[in-house]
Amino acid sequence: MTTITHDIARDVPRSARLDWSPYLVGAGIGILSWIAFGLFGDPLGVTTAYSRIASLFATPLIGVDAVAQNDYWKSMPLKWDYGVWFLVGIPFGAFVSAVLSGTWRLELVPEVWKDRFGPSVTKRFIAAFFGGAVIMYGARLAGGCTSGHGISGGLQLALSSWLFLGVMFTTGLVVSAIMFRKF
Amino acid sequence: MTMLAIFGALAMGAVFGFLLQRGNVTSCNVIENQFRLRDFTVLKVMGTAIVVGGIGVLLLVDTGNSKYYVKDANMLAVALGAALFGVGMVVYGYCPGTALGAIATGSVHALVGALGMVAGAILYALSFDWLKGHVLNVWALGKVRLPDLTGVPDAAWFIVLAIGAGLFFRWVETSQPKRA
Repeated sequence: MTTITHDIARDVPRSARLDWSPYLVGAGIGILSWIAFGLFGDPLGVTTAYSRIASLFATPLIGVDAVAQNDYWKSMPLKWDYGVWFLVGIPFGAFVSAVLSGTWRLELVPEVWKDRFGPSVTKRFIAAFFGGAVIMYGARLAGGCTSGHGISGGLQLALSSWLFLGVMFTTGLVVSAIMFRKF
Repeated sequence: MTMLAIFGALAMGAVFGFLLQRGNVTSCNVIENQFRLRDFTVLKVMGTAIVVGGIGVLLLVDTGNSKYYVKDANMLAVALGAALFGVGMVVYGYCPGTALGAIATGSVHALVGALGMVAGAILYALSFDWLKGHVLNVWALGKVRLPDLTGVPDAAWFIVLAIGAGLFFRWVETSQPKRA
């Protein structure tokens, strides 16, 4: 395992292939939070803007009127605000980083999944779709995600956010133990 | 929004996405292995972000340069939502932010899951009226912060958080076997 990773890394320019320390990355996100609070007056978050954009996808499925009359989207209409542009920026920055570090590659089934559930692309896609649906429903019910609750809410010492962090990690540990148990 | 504000928001998102990718948390394997307690990258990133971010934001608020944006403590809804989130995060292998980063690094299954997230958001909007009547208002405590609830001042919380995180990270670094 070590040698394989090492061989791949050797093909990439030395300056670019360095993984940043998770502490450095965490501190960077912390400093980004200062700017988000102090300059933009809008803490880092992802799922609120995601819900706004989801109304676009809902229109062909349930009709223009149903979207317009929905109480949730009335409180959260599609508008091109700070949060939506922030959302658009995320894949852009990740793409640049992946290309610069030489780690961009197509991935249909991740290693951890393959080791446990086999190489079936269909199986992985179905699980990803189902998992995605559950995670977003949960995020909207809780009022935020790992960014909005976990980081932005956690650093404000919000009761709601620390409840979110505790329940989310505990559930994740239990589900993971069941999913990856040895037979 | 002005062009400058749009560019600013885009730049903030791009730096966030860049950091997520550099920190390896756009990798499904890294996130899955956090919940299997084999890789502590996710906790290291989040813990450091909370301590560093929180101390700065506390100073900004104390000096009148920002305010708090605390989410409602609808205790039942947050607990149920967080539990679903935990299930989804392990099955999907991403959280909503890291998923968007992962799509841009070539993870096709992350894109499929993002369509699932759209489905989840639509289902939530459709069930919103019922939730509002039956779930969202249960144990709704409002925008409560831990210092208000306990009487322990902010600074004390951050001293404890910083020391706790430091000890935990030191333990992780010395006890976890090095993995490739």
